[in-house]
Amino acid sequence: MDWSTVIDSLPGYAEPLLVTIQVTVMASALALVVAFALGLATSSKHLVVRTPARAFVELIRGSSVVVQLFWFAYAMPILLGIQFNFQILVGVIALALNYGAYSSEVVRGAIAAVPKGQLEAATALNFTTFQKMRLVVLPQAWPEMIPSLCSFAIMLLKASALVSMIGIADITFWADTLGGRPGQSPLPHLTVILVIYFVLAWLIWTGMRWLENKAKQSVGVAKPRKLKADPNADALGGVVEKSSTTQRRGGVK
Amino acid sequence: MNGWSNEIASEIFPMVLEGFWTVLKVTFVAGILAIGLGLVVAIAEQTAPAWVRRPLSGLMQFIRNTPLLVQALFVWYTTSLYINPEWSAFAVGSVVLGLHYASYTSESYRAGIEAIPPGQWEAATALSLPAYRTWGVVILPQMMRRSTAAVANWIIAMFKEVPVLFAIGVFEMIAQVDKYQGLHYAGALEGYTIAGLLFLAASYPVAVATRRLENRLAKSHY
Repeated sequence: MDWSTVIDSLPGYAEPLLVTIQVTVMASALALVVAFALGLATSSKHLVVRTPARAFVELIRGSSVVVQLFWFAYAMPILLGIQFNFQILVGVIALALNYGAYSSEVVRGAIAAVPKGQLEAATALNFTTFQKMRLVVLPQAWPEMIPSLCSFAIMLLKASALVSMIGIADITFWADTLGGRPGQSPLPHLTVILVIYFVLAWLIWTGMRWLENKAKQSVGVAKPRKLKADPNADALGGVVEKSSTTQRRGGVK
Repeated sequence: MNGWSNEIASEIFPMVLEGFWTVLKVTFVAGILAIGLGLVVAIAEQTAPAWVRRPLSGLMQFIRNTPLLVQALFVWYTTSLYINPEWSAFAVGSVVLGLHYASYTSESYRAGIEAIPPGQWEAATALSLPAYRTWGVVILPQMMRRSTAAVANWIIAMFKEVPVLFAIGVFEMIAQVDKYQGLHYAGALEGYTIAGLLFLAASYPVAVATRRLENRLAKSHY
């Protein structure tokens, strides 16, 4: 392996890195909108709202993100008779719909977990449905969603590598192209981007931790306890507190 | 290039189905790996000495936080350039997929182990059970109940990620549609739609069954 050529090629990663970040950030933002729209729709008490939303969520969650990506890139233009000028938008939309549908379950679950008494109190205060959501339900549900949304954001970052398969020049595409050149080995390039992805995932995780603390403080919930169990907790018969970022048991996907 | 054609759909269907069969085979191999290796990792993370445990957790975290696609390419190039070019994409892809998802299932197993009340460990110690008995008859059976649904969910997720291996040349559904397109300059709409629906048809019943199982285990246990 020749590392000097890899080091020489590092500045070339700036632009593809920007593409990866763009895809991830844009898709995450759109996915959040989709998640809230679908999550609110699937927790609606009206059947006409709930049923189509439910069907859409099951449709998306039931099939594969890769197939969806190819479907949006190559099948939809035929179906609609249009051609997108920006392939990157196709990638963003496909990823956002997929991860939005998954995250909508998180939104729905967190809304359902808000204690009933809170809603009853809001009703007693004569709040409108919109006021109940905005002032009572969502501020309490939001901190509960963040850890799961964080896992999905990291999954979305990982899935962003897939857009290289429909021809978007992200870092995966770039590493594969550079690595395929004569006299070059793909392995050092792939190592470089593996490290980049890991760092990006860590950044998302750190950002989300900060956001979670912020959100919890704003509704008066204490900071989450430390990751490691207190050694005395066992002796006192205390329960071992798990990190809130632990994969939820039975978490979907 | 205008709209859906039943003729193309009926022509491409057997090809996509063949690709789907490959997907099922990969899922089977990788699933066994994910279930088995995940368990080994989870137990090692609880029992192994620190010099094994730390690097192992680090590696698992690295695998969990980097894209499957890049891992597959990395391992594929490593084996075909440096180890043995004869190894098939199917075998290499299945192993990578299995390893990737083992990093997830091990977390589900870990959660299942940590949810076991400390009294169970203490009772096993009090009976001076040897370690293999403690694990075999006390911890693992209780952990299984708690982790099964979560692991099943990961296997369903894994099944839906098999098409990623198209990138290293596993001949699954996207590759089949691609091939058809190369020959006939058509079939993208029909092929990808059928592929998506096949996934839906296969994974939806399993997902519903898993949800039921989850509810039942949850009720029986807490």
